Amino acid sequence: MTMKKLIQNITAVLSITVIASSLSSCKKDIVSRVDQYPTLAPASLDLTADTWKPVLITDPTVFTVAAPVATTSPAYVADLNEIKGYQRSLTDDQRAIIKYWSAGAVLRWNEIMRDLVAKHNIPPYQNPDGTYPPPSSTNPFAYPQFPFSNPPYAARAYAYVSAAEYDALIAAYHFKNQYNRAAPYKIDTTIKALIPKSDLPSYPSEDAVVSGAAVEMMKLLFPTEIAYIEQKAEEQKLYRIMSGANTRSEWNAGESLGIQVADVFTARARGDKAGKAIGTSAYWAQLQTQTAAKGETPWISLESPKRPPMLPLFGKVSPFLFDTLTVVALRPGPPHLTGSAEFAVDQKEVLYYSQHATRENEALVAFWADGVATYTPAGHWNAIAADEFVKQHYSEVRWARNFALLNMAEMDAAIVCWDTKYAYFNPRPSQVNSVVKTLTGVPNFPSYTSGHSNFSSAAATVLTYLLPDRGTKFTDMAQQASLSRLVGGIHTRQDIEVGQATGKSVGQYAVQRGQADGAGIGN
Amino acid sequence: MMKQLLAHSYKCIAIVAILCVSIQHASAQMENDGIMIPKNYICAGPMFGTSSWTSYWEGTYKRTNGNIGKVTTNMYSFMATYGITNDLIVTAGVPYITSTASAGTLHEQKGIQDLSLNLKWRAYRLKTNMGTLSLFASLTGSIPLTDYEADFLPLALGSHSKNFTARGVVDYNYGKVFFTGSGAYMTRSNITIDRNSYYTTELIYSNQVKLPNMSDYNFRAGYRSKYLIVEGIADIMTSLGGFDIRKNDMPFPSNRMNMTSVGGNIRYRLKSFYGLEFSAGDEYVVKGRNVGQSNMIHGGLTYIFGLTKQKTVQDKDSFKN
Repeated sequence: MTMKKLIQNITAVLSITVIASSLSSCKKDIVSRVDQYPTLAPASLDLTADTWKPVLITDPTVFTVAAPVATTSPAYVADLNEIKGYQRSLTDDQRAIIKYWSAGAVLRWNEIMRDLVAKHNIPPYQNPDGTYPPPSSTNPFAYPQFPFSNPPYAARAYAYVSAAEYDALIAAYHFKNQYNRAAPYKIDTTIKALIPKSDLPSYPSEDAVVSGAAVEMMKLLFPTEIAYIEQKAEEQKLYRIMSGANTRSEWNAGESLGIQVADVFTARARGDKAGKAIGTSAYWAQLQTQTAAKGETPWISLESPKRPPMLPLFGKVSPFLFDTLTVVALRPGPPHLTGSAEFAVDQKEVLYYSQHATRENEALVAFWADGVATYTPAGHWNAIAADEFVKQHYSEVRWARNFALLNMAEMDAAIVCWDTKYAYFNPRPSQVNSVVKTLTGVPNFPSYTSGHSNFSSAAATVLTYLLPDRGTKFTDMAQQASLSRLVGGIHTRQDIEVGQATGKSVGQYAVQRGQADGAGIGN
Repeated sequence: MMKQLLAHSYKCIAIVAILCVSIQHASAQMENDGIMIPKNYICAGPMFGTSSWTSYWEGTYKRTNGNIGKVTTNMYSFMATYGITNDLIVTAGVPYITSTASAGTLHEQKGIQDLSLNLKWRAYRLKTNMGTLSLFASLTGSIPLTDYEADFLPLALGSHSKNFTARGVVDYNYGKVFFTGSGAYMTRSNITIDRNSYYTTELIYSNQVKLPNMSDYNFRAGYRSKYLIVEGIADIMTSLGGFDIRKNDMPFPSNRMNMTSVGGNIRYRLKSFYGLEFSAGDEYVVKGRNVGQSNMIHGGLTYIFGLTKQKTVQDKDSFKN
């Protein structure tokens, strides 16, 4: 080989390398759609929200919110100077914080919740002896960390945080109207409003009240994440001050109020029986024997080693929208007897789908699976709701109220569904017939009725009430969610159809509540 | 001449071997040997590979899983190589893959995976009385041929990304002893999955997933003669990014998947039927991260023939390596 040819060859190799590296730069960074949400610019102030019906609190005046200092006082002037100081030299990071949080406080805290649910939604790994260690709220950092945010746990968590934020905002509106303090940029025109200007009284801060309530609730629900949660709250506080939306004292008053209201909710949460939902080994055995005694095939775990059923006593948790007697009243009748012809027909249909898996069905199942390391079905419906709510230009208090309605329905749907599952302790299709293979993991709890169907129909009922102009969009989606469980080999048709009916009934309770809470469906 | 022929057939197998390994990890096909075929010759044939594992690494934690048992992946492929010039060859391959778990309920996956196309160019060759040294540059592109579900690990047929690999190869032989070393960089395109949010180290609201690029180092050495090749192989494949599977979590396409494997191949060429080759080999993962500890057995049958009548396998002089 001549030197000339060698040089040509080396040049060619270098060219190829350049082409390769330019191809690799075609790879694009992933854009999360929540990062593209617009700045919240409420179409209505909803000034009468202090007359809306709260969930737990009865009288805003029992909470302590000191009167704001005069705008001429040195303390207030110092607050304004703090804003001015930030606004003189905002860094790119600080502008990014403003952009992120200005999409809305209720929205962002809901997203933070979804993130934490997904992070903690991993079933514990077994002990060497084949038993499973339960997460412990009193020792949350020990493996497995508390919580295992499975679907019922997550539904309850979303509900408490949403409802606490809603009540805290109603209380905040009481004090806003009472003190009627204008925003800092209205008091001092040299302060820039880096968010859309608003005539809403700014003391106490609505963002702060949401933050205080959310943080206080999440300390209970996600105790290993407190440092992360506090850091988020700190960023949010900075956002309000840097953007000129609130003074520090407006923030502090709101945060304090949020914490006070959240205390009402944490007290309820500690006594709502969720802490005992895991049951005992004696109870797990009893579920099996009492089902077998009826001549029915009892559910058994399909996991190896066999895992105790997920939260068998979650059906005893105190619901938000109705009482515990209603839970039992909402429980549907029994599933087809496991020896019946109807049961065999249903099982055969599942087997058919399992043996005729299509790519379309795989996609449907994957889209709605909401299994391990996801935000769960309730979280999925929160994400669906958020994508719609951002188009509505809601006020913060309406955001909170709508999420509260949605998530109380989701939690109560979980309660009614879990009550049903453990009342009948019905086997999964893959237990009945091991030939039934699934397009996603089989959940570790009884089959009847479908949790996805309960969650989805309840959510669709609430969202259709809130956004009637969307027509059948949400009920169509709920139907898809249910169907995904049938074609995925997870549920029978009866599981999903009865689950849909129950979920819809639960959703109606939230709708009735919404129709009577004084808020209306808004804009 | 025979040596080259044998060695070439071995090359076909090497591609398949990498394919098999890649089933669980990355859909890569790389040229990593020092063998060519002459201008206007074709080497083609079916290949089979079976890979299985019961242990896998969750991050760096090695475990088994009663909910999947033993994962077995079978690959049936067809490969063809054509000599464009004596220093430039092109290879194409298409595998059909089945993937099953022996325990649990997860549904079997099967189907045609990715079309791969490789260009390999001998850029430099130096023959001395101290042996022969050759340098190669190789480019491989692969593209999914079907809409298989990448987000169905550990049974997914592949990553469903479009991959592009650039590799440099150094081959040295002295008599019947040879050594080949190579290094490669593989870029992988973003993929689209069926859900619109997923958790990595945070929740991402998109159906697009960014896969880490990969590097690969491959070393092989052994005996290469007219009718027989016996070689040992070591391979180090590394994800240049990605995240670990957390304890008891599900795997995900953008995990940091690393593996170090060792193995061997044997190639035999019939004396009685020129052009026909048999091959067999085994590779075993000795160290990994977010991958199964697979053992992969592969075998193949290839036939090499010239397109020009005058040039038969027997009389084509340039087969010498």
